[in-house]
Amino acid sequence: MRVPMSWLRELVALPASLTAREVAAGLVRLGLEVERVEEIGAGLTGPLVVGQVAGFEELAGQKKPIRWCQVDVGEERPRGIICGATNFATGDRVVVALPGAVLPGGFAITARRTYGYVSDGMICSARELGLGDDHTGILVLGECADPGADALAELELPDAVLDIAVTPDRGYCLSMRGIAREVAHSLDLPFADPVERLAVERLAVERLAVERTAAAGADPVLPPGWPVRIDDPIGCDRFTAWTLAGLDPSATTPVWMRRRLLLSGMRPISLTVDVTNYVMLELGQPMHAFDRASLTGEIVVRRAVSGEMIKTLDGVTRALDGDDLLVSDVAGPIALAGTMGGASTEIGPFTTDIVLEAAHWSPPTVMRMVRRHKLPSEAARRFERDVDSEVALPALRRAAALLAELGGATDAGLTVVGSPYPRPHIALAAGQPGRLAGRVIPPAAVMRRLTEVGCQVEGEYIFTVVPPSWRPDLADPADLVEEVLRLEGYDAIEAALPAAPAGRGLTARQRAGRAVGRALAAAGYVEVINYPFVAEQRYDDLGLPADDPRRTAMRLANPLSDQQPLLRTTLLPGLLEALARNVGRGNRDLALFETGLVFRPGPEFVPAPRVGVGGRPDPAELAALDRALPAQPRRVAVVLCGQREPTGWWGPGRPAGWADAVQAARTVAGASRVPVSVRADPHAPWHPGRSAAIFVAAGTDAERLVGHAGELHPGVIAAFDLPPRTCAMELDLELLGVGDVPVAPTVSAFPPALLDVAVVVDDAVPAGEVEAALRAGAGELLESVRLFDRYADPDRLGPGRMSLAYALRFRAVDRTLTVQEASQAAQSAVAEAARRTGAVQRA
Amino acid sequence: MSGPNDPAEVAAPELLDAAGREAEKAFAEAADLAELAAVRAAHLGDRSPVLLARRAIGGLPAEVRSAAGRRVNEALATIQAWYEARHAELTRLRDSVALRAEAVDVTLPWDRRPVGARHPLTTVMERMTDVFVAMGYDVAEGPEVETEWHNFDALNFKRDHPARSMMDTFFLEPESAGLVLRTHTSPVQVRAMLERGAPPIYVVCPGKVFRTDELDATHTPVFHQIEGLVVDEGITMAHLKGTLDHLAEVMFGAGLRARWRPSYFPFTEPSAEFDVECFACRGGSVGNPDRPCRTCRSEGWIEWGGCGMVNPRVLTACGIDAERYSGFAFGMGVERAVQFRHGVDDMRDLVEGDVRFTLPFGSEV
Repeated sequence: MRVPMSWLRELVALPASLTAREVAAGLVRLGLEVERVEEIGAGLTGPLVVGQVAGFEELAGQKKPIRWCQVDVGEERPRGIICGATNFATGDRVVVALPGAVLPGGFAITARRTYGYVSDGMICSARELGLGDDHTGILVLGECADPGADALAELELPDAVLDIAVTPDRGYCLSMRGIAREVAHSLDLPFADPVERLAVERLAVERLAVERTAAAGADPVLPPGWPVRIDDPIGCDRFTAWTLAGLDPSATTPVWMRRRLLLSGMRPISLTVDVTNYVMLELGQPMHAFDRASLTGEIVVRRAVSGEMIKTLDGVTRALDGDDLLVSDVAGPIALAGTMGGASTEIGPFTTDIVLEAAHWSPPTVMRMVRRHKLPSEAARRFERDVDSEVALPALRRAAALLAELGGATDAGLTVVGSPYPRPHIALAAGQPGRLAGRVIPPAAVMRRLTEVGCQVEGEYIFTVVPPSWRPDLADPADLVEEVLRLEGYDAIEAALPAAPAGRGLTARQRAGRAVGRALAAAGYVEVINYPFVAEQRYDDLGLPADDPRRTAMRLANPLSDQQPLLRTTLLPGLLEALARNVGRGNRDLALFETGLVFRPGPEFVPAPRVGVGGRPDPAELAALDRALPAQPRRVAVVLCGQREPTGWWGPGRPAGWADAVQAARTVAGASRVPVSVRADPHAPWHPGRSAAIFVAAGTDAERLVGHAGELHPGVIAAFDLPPRTCAMELDLELLGVGDVPVAPTVSAFPPALLDVAVVVDDAVPAGEVEAALRAGAGELLESVRLFDRYADPDRLGPGRMSLAYALRFRAVDRTLTVQEASQAAQSAVAEAARRTGAVQRA
Repeated sequence: MSGPNDPAEVAAPELLDAAGREAEKAFAEAADLAELAAVRAAHLGDRSPVLLARRAIGGLPAEVRSAAGRRVNEALATIQAWYEARHAELTRLRDSVALRAEAVDVTLPWDRRPVGARHPLTTVMERMTDVFVAMGYDVAEGPEVETEWHNFDALNFKRDHPARSMMDTFFLEPESAGLVLRTHTSPVQVRAMLERGAPPIYVVCPGKVFRTDELDATHTPVFHQIEGLVVDEGITMAHLKGTLDHLAEVMFGAGLRARWRPSYFPFTEPSAEFDVECFACRGGSVGNPDRPCRTCRSEGWIEWGGCGMVNPRVLTACGIDAERYSGFAFGMGVERAVQFRHGVDDMRDLVEGDVRFTLPFGSEV
């Protein structure tokens, strides 16, 4: 809502010294978000005068129309001025900037030679004066002061405009009337509601109409207007219509009104349209004018019939929905209620008779129509937030009076149908606002504040409060509490800390989540936080088989980019894109990690049920709501490429490899205190020979697969445009879980017995299995086992054979081991390895 | 002539003195440990004069034996001490040469182990969370794909009300599924109340939220919030104010003023937006073009979040007796906190995952 200060001053008696910024600060304190204060005509200095066009000559041979004008500026002789606009005629009064004037933006006016003449000033457009964006022609003043008068005074410049973002609950602040009320509250000034004044005033146009009916021998009352019927009282509880005849189609909008429209961000169009817009801005009631000559029969408010069509004012023919609310006549739909008028009854340049509509439309109905037909408008914006249910008639009278005064309308007739819904009676304990604020607020203050905003308040300990018609947002006691507290000022509220019960700190899972992040950072990985949006193509790029569950992704109905409509089912696409982005920026040796949710819908679509909000839903409803959600496990993933350890003065570095990725899985598992085992498992998107599955032993059950790690498939590397040998790991943190509290080992003070054993196995035997067998066979004297050498040598070992050398460390808790004990344990370790893997001990 | 067994000759003081002098000279002339070892036998070995003298003492008459023995032992101890002193000296000499030779350039880099870092959004979110955990709050979590019921209905966002479209929501297909990407962390409030049932409830909910804003210097469609919810008997707006003041003080330092502006959220009533005095300029940049402030754009205040008293309708929808209990809720953007705290000008730096941006944050403290 754009609020010109000059208009505001007409509605509230502001002290002359009060600046726009001070008014804005007061509104902010009351909860109106003033986004900007625009100084209008800042830097504008005269001489700026009213001029009258005495005549002009169109210059021939120019690319665009150029006029050489003689303009009377109150001096002895008219001045010659070149002008590129054509929207004026001889006799029109215009704004002339004389040499020496400076326009907004530091634009200095001088007498200068152009198009073969000396142009002795400039005829200004609205935009050049800072009055809005209109630059379609120069500003024609219409009726105003005589030539030579100060145009700055005529245009009320300088001025300021407050640009206010109105929250959805405060529809009444989409009007000067509502803003003026808040300004008065914020400054503790009296407020005279213009609607109350309208209610008691008998307008000239009404007197005229009454006199005319009386003269014709009828009752001396306002004659009835166009017939109207409401068939849908849910969508419309009040419809008023004023019939006006004898409008002068050539009447123009006076400059004071055009100026206010311009400053409010609206473009002046024609007197009738301008007046309806002006009254909408002033009182908050959107209106629509029908061409009376184009109406056929009774106006009916009803829902559309499926298959009906309407051509709206924007020239679009629209198929209507059964939920659309219409204004129609016998010939069919003539307007989408509160949203946009129809083309068939549009007023034109020769319209003299009109039917002016002002109605109260149901907000959800209008909102759905706007959404359905994608038709946002200034009118709809107000109806969606709800308009004062009692303001239709006063607004209509205001508009009729303006049209009579400015457009010479003489005839009048009034139709009022429907009755606004009764307002709620809200019971409010007088102490409730103070109780919630944590300080004493006397009942008298509560009553005063509520009365100030327009409520009727009765009672002593329990108030019965009837909110004003323009505050449909006041429905609950809590809403009234807010009104009292914001007017009393939030600054008055003290600060205190509540006494929370003794807490338990983070859960084990939350602590483990942090530990995982710290462990990966300590291991050289840099955290990234990617968007969860994925292109469909990415699941092909990952080389996923057609039936891979990771291809079953949720889809956004309104993605930001049509390229990325899916939600991620794995963290890898986002991480790989981040890796490629880094590589593209010249970062070559990279290790990234991310933790976050992935979205895995179940095989069947289960819509969320409609559940009420009148009380706690029953367990079945809550379960049904949760069933509609996809599984959303938290995962961790890493990607890495380039050198894992850099080359330096110490010697060559080491490229990142599959083993780093597998180790990252062990790092994560270690941070979560969960022992894992690793097995080869060809799995997309990894290299089939360099892909490890990570398992957790699940108690007595079978092992649980928690993720994969290794080098990526070369095809995936090509599709994502990654460096060769890029590696990756991804684990499901929910499946990984958190390990038990560790039990302290018994640390023996006796010396260890160290024994090395070397075994030869078939090279297809995984080293992990050999080690597991050694551990199992060595018994409880074994303290540790470590693979320290591994090599193939076909000449000495035979083809397809591999030598694995292990350092075994034995120790007992209660004695020094004998050589015999240690070598016996080593032998049984080797024997177990032989049994399980066919390992042969080397001499 | 006196022989070796001549009691007067054995252990004669002159003889012992001479042996001592010779030993001292020989040890002093040894230039290194090898030379010292080479001359040791002549002065401390079995055939050395002093040890020969000691062996001869046994044959002396009793009346002179003890005096002679004392002299010999003294002489031996003296020579031994000279030897050890010289040995220690030569060892030191040898070591100092060797250690000098082993000197290295300690300014050489040793960046063999790659370093990593956590994202500042993560660490700032943890820091903020910890402030509430220290006050006794639990950390609550919820799904990111959420039902419209949890995200809107239960929070008093009515269907077909502009407040609902104010949130720029991502909807999931099919729209009949009634699912959205949560637009705020407030549905976690609803879940916390439904899961915990009876108050007291003190929870903080950090997490990711989604709105359909294009990425630019100041907006991102995916961002982070920290939500707080307290429901208990006798909770007032003063408690809300005290809690937020405490958080601002911990995050940005003591003595910062806070400002509340009335606002509108369907799930709180009364509602407010809260601003913190700019911790960089403390308001000094307002109307002072000579001292512009980048942090608050010379406005003196930093918008931080929204808050209010839980709307009784929300308590009711979650099965909590709104007559008996009251509560407060607040939510604030983590991105903003990171931007203020670390001087991040462009939102895109927080989103793009460039390691050069994130590495300086390390693992935070």
